[in-house]
Amino acid sequence: MTKRKALRTAFTVIVTLVLFVLLWEGYKWMGQQTEDHWPGTQFGLPVSTDDLTMPHASDIFNELTDEIRAGRETLPMTVYLAKKAAFTFLEAAIGFSLGVIVGLLLAIFMLRWRFAERGFLPWINVSQTVPLIALAPIVVTWARLQGYPDMVGISLIATYLTFFPVAVSGLRGLQSPDSSDVELMRSYAASWSSTLIKLRLPAARPFLFPAFKLAATLSVVGSIVGEISIGTKTGLGRAILDFAQRYAVWPERLYSSVIAASLLGLFVFGLVNAAEWLVIKRGREVLK
Amino acid sequence: MRENSENLEEAVSIRAADKVFNPDSDNEVQALLGINLDIKEGDFISLIGPSGCGKSTLLRLIADLLVPTAGQVKVFGKTANQARLDQDYGMVFQHSGLFDWRDVSANIELPLELKGWSKADRQARSREMLELVRLEEFKDHYPRQLSGGMQQRVSIARALSFEPRLLLMDEPFGALDEMTREHMQVELLRIWRETGTTVVFVTHSIPEAAFLSSKVVVLSPRPGRIHSEITVDLGDRTDQTRQDPKFFQATTEVREALRAVEAG
Repeated sequence: MTKRKALRTAFTVIVTLVLFVLLWEGYKWMGQQTEDHWPGTQFGLPVSTDDLTMPHASDIFNELTDEIRAGRETLPMTVYLAKKAAFTFLEAAIGFSLGVIVGLLLAIFMLRWRFAERGFLPWINVSQTVPLIALAPIVVTWARLQGYPDMVGISLIATYLTFFPVAVSGLRGLQSPDSSDVELMRSYAASWSSTLIKLRLPAARPFLFPAFKLAATLSVVGSIVGEISIGTKTGLGRAILDFAQRYAVWPERLYSSVIAASLLGLFVFGLVNAAEWLVIKRGREVLK
Repeated sequence: MRENSENLEEAVSIRAADKVFNPDSDNEVQALLGINLDIKEGDFISLIGPSGCGKSTLLRLIADLLVPTAGQVKVFGKTANQARLDQDYGMVFQHSGLFDWRDVSANIELPLELKGWSKADRQARSREMLELVRLEEFKDHYPRQLSGGMQQRVSIARALSFEPRLLLMDEPFGALDEMTREHMQVELLRIWRETGTTVVFVTHSIPEAAFLSSKVVVLSPRPGRIHSEITVDLGDRTDQTRQDPKFFQATTEVREALRAVEAG
């Protein structure tokens, strides 16, 4: 049953990818025929189709298998990007974990004290309106002044993005049990913390996992933006920055790093999905 | 034993209890007014009345889930609060309130877990309880895999797992279809006989109240007051009892009391 579902998902992913490549190449081919105009009109295409703006899909793919000189060694592009991505993943993972802890603590705090919900929730919402690009250098400067490596500052930026969905969905999840479930726990003379552990936290899981998925992808975005805005020595953000500077010469490289970034996002999303399956779904599917 | 129940201890005793919701505000509601009620140990009492008569509120006063605005509620001679802390009662709600993420045994073991019982003791007790409600082979199922009637049986098993002397039930069969409901009534009476637990049962079904109870307490609404108490004695009940003229007579008596309530 699940195996068939996995096959179907894989099939959909491949078909979508093929369709996307066909659309990309089709658009490019059309633009080449009409000198970047909609066929039969004087209207220009929104994106020009030359090899600099839209390299061939095959060139981008070839770039991934090509070699790149990094310092004194020469590596295949995939290995190079994987190394950068591993570093970014580490930052994102730390940021995600901290964000989950902070978000959950905030949610529990707001659950326990109603005044905290009224006082905190608006600020939690406001926190997300601060542009990340503006915030990142401040956080990293703080971290540097304390003598911490850049990674600490970058992880904190990722934390800043990830705590939000966890806190907001977490609070909703903790408040989700029916009043009769809460009465039941009261009838057992259960303490506030037992009610939290035996009822509210398990009941919050269906609310928390979608938030974790969002938080996981946000932690990657936060890490890359952090890397770019402070100019770290390594990480996917560094690779994107370098390749962006040489875009005019080698556009395929920037595209390949963008692909690497989205693959990393997919990877962390998949990790959370797997965790969800282990925690929630496995038990339910046991039919006897 | 149960017939000469006047010799037995008082399970619940309510004196001049009032309950006001949102006092001193625009949406103040007088939910209960001047309630006096005695429930003997071993009794099966039904609370019946039109919606808004405060029957669920009254049950929650006994359970100490709500505190009376005035008056006194005693459970086994203690304050309702002490009785709750001592876990003298088990409670069953209309919606089984089983936790989705726990299988049937784990649901039954929940109150025992909170009491700090060892795993072996919990398992032994949950096996006994599953036997009592006749669901032995479903111990590893999850609530969503069970029918509504089975879920309520698990809920009853959970409420009785720590052997409380009092069982409080808030329209427990209200969401079940008629056939399942009648079957569950017979099952509940069997469990009541086997365990000797005192039961307070909130319902709005006339035949259900008449079939199950040794005493039906009829409430009138706005404010909730006790209109009358009807003693029923149908002896040992089976599905055949539903065709018995005595059953017909009891339902008629309850129905007439409710009509008098409606007429004001």
